[in-house]
Amino acid sequence: MNSQAVSKPESTDVLKKIFTGSALVSVLSVFLALVVGGLLIAATDKDVASTAGYFFARPTDFLSAFWSAATNSYVALFQGAVFAPGVSGPLGPFGPFMETLTIATPLITSGLGVALAFRAGLFNIGAQGQIIVSGTLAAYLGFAWHLPIVLHLLLVVVAGILGGAAWGGLVGYLKARTGAHEVILTIMFNYVALFALRWLLTTPAFLRPGESNPITPRLDDSALYPLIAGGQYRLHLGFIVAIGATVLVWWLLNRSTLGFEFRAIGANPKAALTAGVNVSRATILVMAIAGGLAGLSGVAQVAGTEKVLTDGVAASYGFDAITVALLGRSTPWGTFFAGLLFGAFRAGAVQMQIQTGTPIDIVLVVQSLIVLFIAAPPLVKAVFGMNRKKKAAASTVAGGAA
Amino acid sequence: MSTTLAPGTALPGTAISTLGWKIPVILGIVSVATLLFCGILGPDSSASFGISQSGDVFQIPELTLPGKATGIVLGLVMVAITVWSVMLRRQGRSIPAWATAVFVAAFVMAFLTAMVGGARLHEISLAGLLGGSVTLAVPLVFGSLSGVLCERVGVVNIAIEGQLLGGAFTAALVGSVTHSAMLGMLAAAVAGALVSMVLAVFSIKYLVNQVIVGVVLNVLVSGITGFFFTTLLQPDFEHLNTPPRLAEIDIPLLSAIPVIGPILFKQSIIGYAMYIAVFVVWVALFKTKWGLRVRAVGEHPQAADTLGINVNATRFWNVTLGGAIAGIGGSYFTLVAVDSFTKEISGGRGFIALAALIFGRWNPIGAFLAALLFGFADNLQSLVTIIGTPVPSQFMAMLPYLVTILAVAGLVGRSRGPAASGEPYVKE
Repeated sequence: MNSQAVSKPESTDVLKKIFTGSALVSVLSVFLALVVGGLLIAATDKDVASTAGYFFARPTDFLSAFWSAATNSYVALFQGAVFAPGVSGPLGPFGPFMETLTIATPLITSGLGVALAFRAGLFNIGAQGQIIVSGTLAAYLGFAWHLPIVLHLLLVVVAGILGGAAWGGLVGYLKARTGAHEVILTIMFNYVALFALRWLLTTPAFLRPGESNPITPRLDDSALYPLIAGGQYRLHLGFIVAIGATVLVWWLLNRSTLGFEFRAIGANPKAALTAGVNVSRATILVMAIAGGLAGLSGVAQVAGTEKVLTDGVAASYGFDAITVALLGRSTPWGTFFAGLLFGAFRAGAVQMQIQTGTPIDIVLVVQSLIVLFIAAPPLVKAVFGMNRKKKAAASTVAGGAA
Repeated sequence: MSTTLAPGTALPGTAISTLGWKIPVILGIVSVATLLFCGILGPDSSASFGISQSGDVFQIPELTLPGKATGIVLGLVMVAITVWSVMLRRQGRSIPAWATAVFVAAFVMAFLTAMVGGARLHEISLAGLLGGSVTLAVPLVFGSLSGVLCERVGVVNIAIEGQLLGGAFTAALVGSVTHSAMLGMLAAAVAGALVSMVLAVFSIKYLVNQVIVGVVLNVLVSGITGFFFTTLLQPDFEHLNTPPRLAEIDIPLLSAIPVIGPILFKQSIIGYAMYIAVFVVWVALFKTKWGLRVRAVGEHPQAADTLGINVNATRFWNVTLGGAIAGIGGSYFTLVAVDSFTKEISGGRGFIALAALIFGRWNPIGAFLAALLFGFADNLQSLVTIIGTPVPSQFMAMLPYLVTILAVAGLVGRSRGPAASGEPYVKE
C-alpha cells in the first residue's frame, strides 16, 4: 500500500515528462515538418492538379490523389533509407540502411563539433571550412605519401583531426584575443578554406598527372578506412570512429573538468571567469576540439566514402551539422541519433527522386522546418492544442489541492 | 581607494588600445610590400587603362603607365603616409580619413598596374572594370542595407542570403506569369519581407536565438526555391521562368560622361533605386526622429521602452522592411543580371553582404562603399582570369572574406555593432 503510494507519483512524473517535455515536442516537430513537406509534394503533383479540376464533382478522387502523392514519396524515402523489401540485388534489402549509416557518419562527427561549441555558448558555423581543411590535409597525405598499412591510415586520421582543429582553434584564438564574433569569423573562414582548396586543385601537386580536372588521385588503399559490413556496401570504419567520438564527447562534457569548464562558460562566462575558469583558454580549446571533430568528417569523406578529394568534399555536411546539433539538442547521443535521422533523409531522398520524381530539395525543407519547430515549442504546442490541455490539467491539479 | 583607482587606470589603457600602433604597423607592412612587389620587383612592361568608351561625348586618350616606375612612385607615397601616421601617433593623434583614402587609392592603383603590366594582355578598360564592379555590387548593397536595418534595431540578420534567393525566385516567377518586370520586383520585395517576418516572429515572439533562425531560414528558402524550381519552373520553363528584363534607363548627355556616366546615369531602375535607398536609409537612420528611436532600440531596449517606444513592434517592422529591401536586391539576379532563375542563384552573396555591413561598420554609406569594394574584387577576379595575370583568381575571390576577418578581428580600426544586437527583449 505504502509502496504503491510512492511509486504512483513517480510513474506519472515520467509520463508527464514524456508528454509535455522536450521529447514529445521533438517527435511532434518531426511529424509536423513531414506533414508540411507532404503538403508541398502533393500540391505540385500532376494527378492532384488534374483531380482538383473536378473537385466538387468527385472530391474523393482529389483526396486519394493527394494522399497517394504524399505517401508514395515518403514510402520511397523510407525504402531508400531503411529497408527495401523484396530487393534481390547484390545489396539486398538492407543496402539502404548501410547507405544511411555511411551518409550519417560525417553528419554525426561534425554535428558533435557544432554541439560541443553550442554547449560552450559558441556558434560554430564553420564545420564546412573545418571539413574542407581536414579533408585536404588527409587526402594529400593519403595519395602523395606511401606508407605501410595501419600507419598510413593513422597518419591520415591524425592529420585530418589536426587540420580541422587548427582551423577551428584559429577562430577560437581570434575570438578570445580580439572579441570578434565567432559567427562572422566561421562564415568567412568557410569561404577562405573553399577558395584555398579550389586554388590547390589547380596546382600540379594535387592533380592527376597530365590532367587538369579539379580532382586528386585516388588515395592509397593503405590510407583508406576498411569496409566493415562487407565489400558490397560503402560503410566504413569511420562509422565506428563516429560512435567512439560520441562516447568521447559524452565523457568530455559530463565527466571531465574541461567539459565542466566548457559548460560553465556556456552558461555564464562572467561567472565562470569569477570562479577561476580561464575563459580564453577554454574558448580556444572548445573551438579546436569542435574543429577536430569536424575534421573526422573530412577524413570520413576522403578516406571512406569518396576516396578522392574534390572541391565538393564537404558537400553541405557542415551546414547540415548545425541542424543535426540543434535537433539533438546539443547532447552527444541526441546528436548521434539526429545524425542518423538526417542521414536517412539524405539516403532516402535519392531513391525518392528516382522513384517518384520528388526533388531532393524537399529534404532541406523538412530538415529546416524540424529545427524551426523544435526551437519554438510554444508554436508546436499551439498547433496541437497542447497549451489548452496543460492549462486544464493545471486547473484540475489546483482544484485537487484545494 | 582601489575602486576609484581601478577605472582610472583602466581608462588610459582602453584609449591606447583604440589608438594603438596597429594602424601604423599595418600601413607599414602594406606600403613596404607594395614598394617591393609592385615597384622593385614589378613588371618591366607598361599597363594601359582605357578610360573612354566609343559612345562618350569626349574622348580621353588611354592612360599608359610604366609598370615598375608607377609601383615605385605609388609605393613611396604610401611609405610617406605611413611615416606621417607614425609621427602623428607619437603626438597621440591618428591620421585623417582623407590620408587613409589616398593610401588605399595608391595601393589599388599600384596593384592594378602591377597585375595588368604582368599579364599576357597589357590592357584593361577602366570604365568596364568600374561599371562591372557596380553591377556586381547592386545585390550586395541591397543585402547589406537589409542587414543594417535589422542590426540597428537589435536583430541579427544571417538570413540575407535567404532573402536575396527568395526575392530572385519570386521575381522570376511573378515576372513571367504577369509579363511585368515591375510586378516581379514588387513581388520580390514581398517575398523578402515574408522571409524577414519569419525571422522576426521566431526571434521576437518565440525568443529563438536569432543566429539559429537565420541559418535555418537560409536552408529553408534554398530548399523551397529548389523544390519549386524542379517541380514547377523547369517543366514549364517558357511560361514560368522567362521573366521580362528591366530595361536600362539612359539619361541623355549625362550617361555619355566617361567612366562615371554609365555608372551613375545608365542603370536599370533597381540600380537607381540602390543609390536612392542608400541615401534614404542613411538620412532616415541618422537624421530623423524615427532613426533615433530605431537606434535606441538597438543599443538599449530597456531605455527605449522606458521612453514609451514599443520595442518589439519597432523591431518587427524594421526587420520586415529590411527583408523587403533585400528582396528587391534579389530580383536584380533574375530581372537584370540574367534572364531566368536557377538553383542557388544568389551563390553566397548574402554572406558577402553581411561582411560588407560589418566592414562598413553598420552604417548605410559605409556598407555601400564596402559592397562596392567587394564588387570590385569580384569583378577583378573574372577580369584577371581573362587577361591572365600571375595571381590566381581564387585569391581575388578570397579577398572580401579575408578583409572582413581582419576587420572584425580589430586589426583595421575597430568595428563594433549595436549593443543589443542579437539580444531578445522581454519586458519585465
